[in-house]
Amino acid sequence: MNIKHIAPVLFALCAVSSAPARAQGKLNVIATTEDLASIAQEVGGDRISIDSIAKGYQDPHFVEPKPSFILKLQRADLLVVVGRELEIGWLPRLIQQSRNAKIQPGAAGYLDASGQVKILEIPQGQVTRAMGDVHPLGNPHYWLDPENGKGIARAIVETLSQLRPGDKAYFDQRLADFSNRLTEAEKRWVAALAPYKGLKVVTYHRSFPNFTDRFGLDVMGYVEPRPGIPPSPSHTLELIQEMKRQSVKIIMVEPYFDLKTPNAIARDTGAKVVVLAPSVGGVKEATTYFALFDYDIATVVAAIQASGAK
Amino acid sequence: MRSSRVWCVSAIALCGLFVAPGRARAQQAPATDPAAAQALRQEISQLRAEFEARIAALEARLSAVGGAGAPAAPAAAAPAAQVPPGAEGLGGPTGSLPVYGGASAASKVFNPDVAVIGDFLGAAGKNRVNPQPGLEMHESELTLQAIVDPYARADFFISFGEAGVDLEEGFVTFPTLPGGLLMKVGKMRAAFGRINTQHNHVLPWTDRPLVTGNLVGGEEGIGDAGISIARLISNPWIFLEATGEVFRGDSGDLFHASQRSDVSFVGHLRGYQDITESTNVDLGASYARGHNAEIFVPPDPGRSTTELFGVDATVRWRPLQRSIYHSFAGRFEGVVSRRGQPEGRQRATGFYLSGDYQLGRRWFTGARYDASERADDPSAHDTGQSLVFTYWPSEFGQIRGQFRRTAYAEGVTANELLFQFQFSIGAHGAHAF
Repeated sequence: MNIKHIAPVLFALCAVSSAPARAQGKLNVIATTEDLASIAQEVGGDRISIDSIAKGYQDPHFVEPKPSFILKLQRADLLVVVGRELEIGWLPRLIQQSRNAKIQPGAAGYLDASGQVKILEIPQGQVTRAMGDVHPLGNPHYWLDPENGKGIARAIVETLSQLRPGDKAYFDQRLADFSNRLTEAEKRWVAALAPYKGLKVVTYHRSFPNFTDRFGLDVMGYVEPRPGIPPSPSHTLELIQEMKRQSVKIIMVEPYFDLKTPNAIARDTGAKVVVLAPSVGGVKEATTYFALFDYDIATVVAAIQASGAK
Repeated sequence: MRSSRVWCVSAIALCGLFVAPGRARAQQAPATDPAAAQALRQEISQLRAEFEARIAALEARLSAVGGAGAPAAPAAAAPAAQVPPGAEGLGGPTGSLPVYGGASAASKVFNPDVAVIGDFLGAAGKNRVNPQPGLEMHESELTLQAIVDPYARADFFISFGEAGVDLEEGFVTFPTLPGGLLMKVGKMRAAFGRINTQHNHVLPWTDRPLVTGNLVGGEEGIGDAGISIARLISNPWIFLEATGEVFRGDSGDLFHASQRSDVSFVGHLRGYQDITESTNVDLGASYARGHNAEIFVPPDPGRSTTELFGVDATVRWRPLQRSIYHSFAGRFEGVVSRRGQPEGRQRATGFYLSGDYQLGRRWFTGARYDASERADDPSAHDTGQSLVFTYWPSEFGQIRGQFRRTAYAEGVTANELLFQFQFSIGAHGAHAF
């Protein structure tokens, strides 16, 4: 093999264009979901520019790794991910192809936001695919607990402060403000659902354990027979029987699931189907992390009152 | 360490909360009722044992999670084996030997992600030109993937057939090179067109189109040991990526290197644009050049070359809010081959056009039209049509049926029913786009 064959290819590729321009001044933060983006915006203020990859109304497990996302990641100073293997099917390849050393796993600009939060449903004992598409590191939908929102914000602020030590006081002040506002709002949300503490509900996927845990609802069952497995007739019949037996009147569904089976269950049981926002952007009203809970709490309360559930 | 202490204190406090009332009850119990006092003592002992067990379990979990922050456990004696009798001396080891593997479960965290994808094929109907077995465990692909160090990651795809083993791909990727370069070194599928880069299990059919078999090296395609460098070309309009690759020059029956300088080259330019959030277009142009296998050119072994020119286009539609239920992908790929033969350069062309639609969460259907001349005999022209149905029991399994009608240049028409079972175990790999 002759070096003269390789050299032209290398030089041609290197000469194709100059290095991509980097945004100066503001830190360029990319979050994998709109929830993380909203929290990052709260604590990052005007010192960061923020963008996200998955939309709140799409299933975050199944995001297409489009090349246009590579361009977003190429320019990022910080990548914030949900972690717990939520993005395992689409993010690793995007990070690799971003050519961005700052956001590779283990680098200073890669943040797994699940480090300071309460994780539920961590499987105990042997884990197999017979259990469905389980997450061995626990349920990744942890952002639906405002207390976890504070943990996410703390982790983001710690990383932002490392990347921009000069702005640490600014980020700390915004974190304190965000946490205080969240604490106040949480009192309001808890109070709204307090009369229905212990109320049994059914959810489509296991997207809401942190939400129901925080606000005192009790998940009796799921429309999916197992995580990630579409509803089956036998499971649906069993669920209907159990809902009737336990007088369950609320079925919580994510906006990206088909409503055919939940509606059929509702017709048989007299329950009410409520489409909740599992993420910021999940419905048009859920424009921020605060608006997400405002919408979900108000929707659940209205559905409970309309269904006469006790 | 601090969190460990907090947990311990919390657990002990919980112990106290539960045990103290029991003690209080014990103290308040009339001394004249020895049976009740005995029962309370047993209850207290039981509670104490339960909470001691829980504390021990918590300590164990903290040790596992906390790493250096966890309380230091007593150093376990390293497993050892003895040098066999008679093997000592002459400068060799004496006494106990270290035992490798299994000394620490923690060492396994650095093991690569492992997965195996099984591909079982069946065929019914007659095909005298390109026969394949009625039933075949076509491929078992072992995947090993891990991050090497802060600068590289490695991917291995080892293909086990019924008769042998082949390294389908095995390469290291350097994603953090300066200048926005992405470099791969090893054996890999070349970036020629779309489906040449794809493994069998991600194809939307049970087979590969005629143009692959006739012009682009068959099922193995262009895959060889070499170096690949890709670079994003910054511009304000679209995603644009240029890839240049140099290989040893051996790719199945397509390219063959008789000497070191017989390297093969592949170049690919890819443009991508989102039309809407649900629809996008992917366009590509490819070039490949390499030396022919000796058997085709006896007077000048290995010196004749083949050039391939390719264009590819993919249109995708997937509504984000219903992305798990409905999608469409339309694909086109055309190839022109210019092959050096004793009678001069032979120009042969081929293409396929396909469309795949997702009917529901588990059901897919598709159709494909094939047409291709043969590289060494452009007068030979094959055409084919396929209808495909696919069922996904889950993300990790797939059942597919394909009706394929092929009209070969020999004047033979083959009507076949092909079916496929695919199943995946192990780590969840990232999906290709």
